[in-house]
Amino acid sequence: MKGRIHVAGAGVISAIGNSVSETFESLRHERMGIGPITLFDSVHKGVLPVGEVKHTNERLSDHLKVKTVTRTALLGINAAREAVKSSGLDLKRWRTGLISATTVGGMDLTENFFHDFLSNSRHGKLRDVIHHACGQSTELIADDLGINGFVSTINTACSSSVNAIMLGSRMIDQGMLDVVVAGGTDALTKFTINGFNSLMILDKNLCRPFDANRNGLNLGEGAGFVVLVSDKVKQAEGLKIDCFVAGFANTNDAFHQTASSPEGRGSYGAMQQTLDMSGLKVEDIDYINLHGTGTQNNDLSEGTAVKRLFGDKCPRLSSTKAFTGHTLGASGGIEAVFSVLAIREQCVFPNLRFETAIPEVGITPQLVFENNLSVKHVMSNSFGFGGNCSSVVFSKSDF
Amino acid sequence: MALYIKGMGNISPQKTWGEESLFKPVGYNEDRLKCIEPEYSQWIDPRQLRRMSRVIKMGVAAGSMALKDAGITVPQGIITGTGYGCLDDTGIFLTKLVENKEQALNPTPFIQSTHNTIGSQIALLLQCQDYNQTYAHDAFSFESALLDAMLQLNETPERKILIGGVDEITEASHAIQKRFGIFNKSENSLQLFNRPSEGILNGEGSAFFVLSGEKSETDKVSVEALTTFYKPDEESLVKGIQDFLKASSLKSEDIDLILLGKSGDQKSDEKVDRISSSLFSSNAIGYFKQLCGEYPTASAFALWLGARIIQEQTIPDGIVSKKVNKPLKNILIYNQYFGTHHSLILLHACH
Amino acid sequence: MDQLINNLKKQIVESLNLKHIKPEEIGDDQPLFEGGLGLDSIDALELIVLLQQTYNIKIANPQDGPEIFKSVKSIAAFIKTHQPA
Repeated sequence: MKGRIHVAGAGVISAIGNSVSETFESLRHERMGIGPITLFDSVHKGVLPVGEVKHTNERLSDHLKVKTVTRTALLGINAAREAVKSSGLDLKRWRTGLISATTVGGMDLTENFFHDFLSNSRHGKLRDVIHHACGQSTELIADDLGINGFVSTINTACSSSVNAIMLGSRMIDQGMLDVVVAGGTDALTKFTINGFNSLMILDKNLCRPFDANRNGLNLGEGAGFVVLVSDKVKQAEGLKIDCFVAGFANTNDAFHQTASSPEGRGSYGAMQQTLDMSGLKVEDIDYINLHGTGTQNNDLSEGTAVKRLFGDKCPRLSSTKAFTGHTLGASGGIEAVFSVLAIREQCVFPNLRFETAIPEVGITPQLVFENNLSVKHVMSNSFGFGGNCSSVVFSKSDF
Repeated sequence: MALYIKGMGNISPQKTWGEESLFKPVGYNEDRLKCIEPEYSQWIDPRQLRRMSRVIKMGVAAGSMALKDAGITVPQGIITGTGYGCLDDTGIFLTKLVENKEQALNPTPFIQSTHNTIGSQIALLLQCQDYNQTYAHDAFSFESALLDAMLQLNETPERKILIGGVDEITEASHAIQKRFGIFNKSENSLQLFNRPSEGILNGEGSAFFVLSGEKSETDKVSVEALTTFYKPDEESLVKGIQDFLKASSLKSEDIDLILLGKSGDQKSDEKVDRISSSLFSSNAIGYFKQLCGEYPTASAFALWLGARIIQEQTIPDGIVSKKVNKPLKNILIYNQYFGTHHSLILLHACH
Repeated sequence: MDQLINNLKKQIVESLNLKHIKPEEIGDDQPLFEGGLGLDSIDALELIVLLQQTYNIKIANPQDGPEIFKSVKSIAAFIKTHQPA
């Protein structure tokens, strides 16, 4: 890249906190946020554990002082506002873009509409479907932040928000934008809970990523955004920067629609190419925030790829989905914020509920929260359905 | 930088595949324009076809057409744009969810409902492990895909990247949109712009392109520049268009044809009507939504149409009201969507 | 048993949308996965749904799938021993 893509701000909301500081406290004290479904009625209530943000829509819109709209947008506005505030930037001074990501969009309201619509096509409240499309949530966030430059939305399933960070970085690098708010948001919906349940990859107990006896994932929700800026903006605004985007890559596993290849060729390629772009070697990585959903397939495939790439130079690694659940399209954005935190606080986060290593892979992740470490380069992985594999590396500014 | 169009494929409400020359426009007498579809088994193995919904077949087939046109089997990147995503499977899964009260649900429609299914299916069929991206931002979905291709090819111009814009109409989506009262009562779509009216014609389509940053002797059309305007006021729109042309060292009189994305709805078309009158009063202006209808990725249809016009140096009937005599070297696609999303794509004849 | 096997073949073709195959073309003992008919993990999940919706048999663990769904005959045998009265 021509210059550096600096991370000037971060914002996050998930089952473990409504802000970066709350989130860090939960991570530090190893407090996970997965529990029973409370947000809506479902036959799965009391059966499937989920990672809910601990606020209703009414509470969120009260707090944000916005109309109650799709939960995906409310979560996104919450995190994006925090990210922008923490950057201290006046977005109107610069060519600013918003690149968000989501898989469910306004489905939380659409599924209510559909229930009535099915019985009679004249039934169902139209205002419930106005913001159905993915782009609509993004525009609610853009309008809230006052961004009317470049706006776009990515949907590549669970790798979506890392791809948003990628596009944002490219646009800054090629001089098209100065500032990009990039990340993603997804709300819990009956649609996704039932969808994943039909695939039989949900754990009825708390998920155990990377464990030999793992039994599936727990769904979560939330939003995570970073504010990316160019060298010019950093200098002009006199910003104090913790880290920058060192490299990234996007590959496709091209093996199966929902399953990853046994050798993890897509994830291997994404990690390898990210290292190449960053100009780093495997031994330079201090911490990997794994995709680590807790499914039989992902963890074996990802673990195999990590082992193949890092060999005996495997750094500390963990899946924070044991804290938050799998937040789908938001996971890349949320975990990007965790990566930034790891560099800022010079720490690594634990992989909760791990007991036994996957025999074919033999990787033991980080078991406890640990700080006072030297954390210079952090890799974050996000792999989705459709074989979409993305990785990103954040590096400490003065490494 | 310029992107050279190596190949194209288009499935639309017009006969846009399977013929050598430009099509003869087809008219519709209802509020929706449905695609004229090929026999998909000639493009897709029946064993893969079985799971694919209509929109995925449209995407895979048009993508295959573009690759065949470009003379390549596997691209070095696949980027798709879709505003609505895979509506049919979304509807099927939602319906079963309600009917079966969340029990015993078939996984196939859920898996097929995600927006990235189109791009992923193409990658799977071709075993393409390269860059794979899906944009799902309403009327900027295709523009975002095109922009991403530009950024990628700026870095590695020798690559050949497949990009496309796809959207479908389903019974449910049409019924819901109808309740919003947005459809036109036109009795002949080809006469949509004959007199002022209200409402749009619902459209759908799948247009794919193979693009490269490297020019070859046989290339006829290049994409020179692209920009988008989100909820712009008229003043910034006018300035934006002027700046766009200036950046390509062009004046408005250098544009041989403007393909204007008027929708047929008088109210949303107001802005583009005023702007085209003031900035392009002496230019030849043509319309395209009487051919494809209105949908988030209609600009992909417009790109195909503009490229075909440059290739053949002929404008099909019913697009412009006055005959255009000069050589068609620069075509500007100026699209808008319900007055809030505006985009410009500049095409240039290579020779 | 024959009736069940014939019905199963029709149901499999329909629920897996195997338009290119006629039910009678599927052999009783023909492997359904791994080569054979070339079905995959998504098809296995669909067969689990078929068993639940049509025969009222719930398979809780998808890992049991490969053994049960080896062939039409093995599915029929499983149904006969597990179908609720």
